[in-house]
Amino acid sequence: MLGLFNYWLAIIIILIGFYGVIAKRNLLKQAIALGLFQTGVFLFYVSMGVVQDNGVSGVVPIWTDAEKTGPFDNPLPHVLMLTAIVVSVSTLAVAVAIIVNIKRKYGTIEEDEILDIDRGER
Amino acid sequence: MGEFESEFMRALIEHLPVVVVILPLFGGLLALFTGMIQRGGGLVAWLWSLTITAAILACASLLLWQVQVGGHEVVYRLGSWPEQWGIVYVVDALNAYVIFTVALLGFLATLYAKTSVEAEIAHDRHHQFYSVWLLAIAGLLGISVTGDAFNVYVLLEISSLTVYTLIALGGERDRRALVASLKYLILGSIGATFILLGIGYMLMLTGTLNMADMHDQLVQMHARGELAHNRTVLVGFAFLMVGLCLKMALFPLHLWLPNAYTYAPSAVSVLIASTATKVGVYMTFRFVFTIWGGVYDTSEDMYFLALLACAGIVLSSVSAIQQFDAKRVLAYSSVGQLAYIVLGFSLVNEPGVIASVIHIFNHAVVKGGMFMALGAVCLRTGGTSVEHLQGLGRRMPLTMAAFTLGGFGLIGVPMTAGFVSKWFLVEGAMQEGLWAIAAVVLLGGLLALIYIWRLVEIIWLRPPLDPKLVIKEAPLTMLIPMWILIGTSIAFGIDATWTAESAQAAARVILEGAQP
Repeated sequence: MLGLFNYWLAIIIILIGFYGVIAKRNLLKQAIALGLFQTGVFLFYVSMGVVQDNGVSGVVPIWTDAEKTGPFDNPLPHVLMLTAIVVSVSTLAVAVAIIVNIKRKYGTIEEDEILDIDRGER
Repeated sequence: MGEFESEFMRALIEHLPVVVVILPLFGGLLALFTGMIQRGGGLVAWLWSLTITAAILACASLLLWQVQVGGHEVVYRLGSWPEQWGIVYVVDALNAYVIFTVALLGFLATLYAKTSVEAEIAHDRHHQFYSVWLLAIAGLLGISVTGDAFNVYVLLEISSLTVYTLIALGGERDRRALVASLKYLILGSIGATFILLGIGYMLMLTGTLNMADMHDQLVQMHARGELAHNRTVLVGFAFLMVGLCLKMALFPLHLWLPNAYTYAPSAVSVLIASTATKVGVYMTFRFVFTIWGGVYDTSEDMYFLALLACAGIVLSSVSAIQQFDAKRVLAYSSVGQLAYIVLGFSLVNEPGVIASVIHIFNHAVVKGGMFMALGAVCLRTGGTSVEHLQGLGRRMPLTMAAFTLGGFGLIGVPMTAGFVSKWFLVEGAMQEGLWAIAAVVLLGGLLALIYIWRLVEIIWLRPPLDPKLVIKEAPLTMLIPMWILIGTSIAFGIDATWTAESAQAAARVILEGAQP
């Protein structure tokens, strides 16, 4: 069970983020929760890169002065998540840009107030 | 000179799969610099985009010709890395068809965009608009051409982020576009992250990201019996399907679509209505049939998808009947038409999948044309609600004729492309003995008749609200692409040989993976 600790944590973070997106009324909080949701996925991917070969733990595959032998941890998920982090940051940037414009046009960033304004216009 | 040209052509043809993505990527980057030539970009930005999208259409046509005439798939290894280590672009019969559709619609939408963007987007921003526009096209084409699962996610996010931005640009005219774009952003990001999770589970299971290699690994594991009660398989598939259904706007995950299509700028509506969701369907083909095909028994999931698709057809058409804005009618109609496409491939037999693939092209062409017509209405009258449309038939006859013919395509009137798709769909349902599904398809056509006829009656048979108002016909840069698209839908409705044969080749590619 303790070996799966990372995965439990990843799922908990994903669910907290997902809850935030659904339950929060403030648009900025929803954007932050979305970022949290994606962070849980990063932890999930990175955890799968760990290598255990007959009880010998994997070594980080980075050049140092010391000689390195033995099983190396898989760097591929780390590389993939670098890209995914960039995607997450870009999404947050676009979301915040849209929220700034919403604040300019509506005067509020609370979702229920925006819905009321839109309905009131009809 | 002749030798240089043939060297260039040979190199070009060798690198076609990646050129299709690089052109709009760098074209979009360079489009920003047109702002230095003319303040705000303006005509120069549009001409640059038109050149790039014309070049892309030429490359996509060449690729399609290569695959159809050559009869084999085109494989391109980026950086010459072999399959297991690098990213591979694969173009087979299904791919080439989708790439051609996206390239064609991209070019015609860019041609159309000139007057529409001048009217709806601030004049100091055109270079930025066309830059994001070309990047969106790059993302969509990239998804269609790649053979690597994670690359699909990256390009999916490129196309999604740019589309969110493009939709939000409609906020200058109507601030509800901003809320619509943010809703789409949040829902779309959740969907894309679910796809990422699904890809993660498959990476854990097979150790590779290359789609063909993943399929081989899964086949070997299936032969060894390791997949029988494997929870990783189930969870990975579940996450992927939920994410893909959101991108495909399958009921009930379609809630982002009506607002996003309605409040976006007209040119953006044309582009996204015809391409973005179709590319989502293509991704589903790749994941469900190419990777999981023949390995995982998907019949129960297909049954569930068919159920959701039927619900989507009926409920979206009923919603479409009640709308007061023509763009909203078309948006709900799109949800219904996409549900037809999903229904087609959920039958997993040849006519069903042919219907699905053919409808990708047919619907892209019809919806593109109809949104172009509505954009012209918006340009001349300032809006697309039923008050704006009333009595417009006499004052904008060419535009409204295109709209009406497109509407007939949606209903599935014989001699339009929509009829061909519905024919194959009903044939597929009958082959499985599913009379209920055939009935739902015909019911959908009937409901489409109601909401199209409602609009046709308002346009042609009612007197205009303000008879003294002078309204001119749409400009040529709008009329030409509009009629090219509607003409294509009629032409392929009368003689569907080329689309049917292409769809059949694509269907064979899809189904040969699906046989266990």
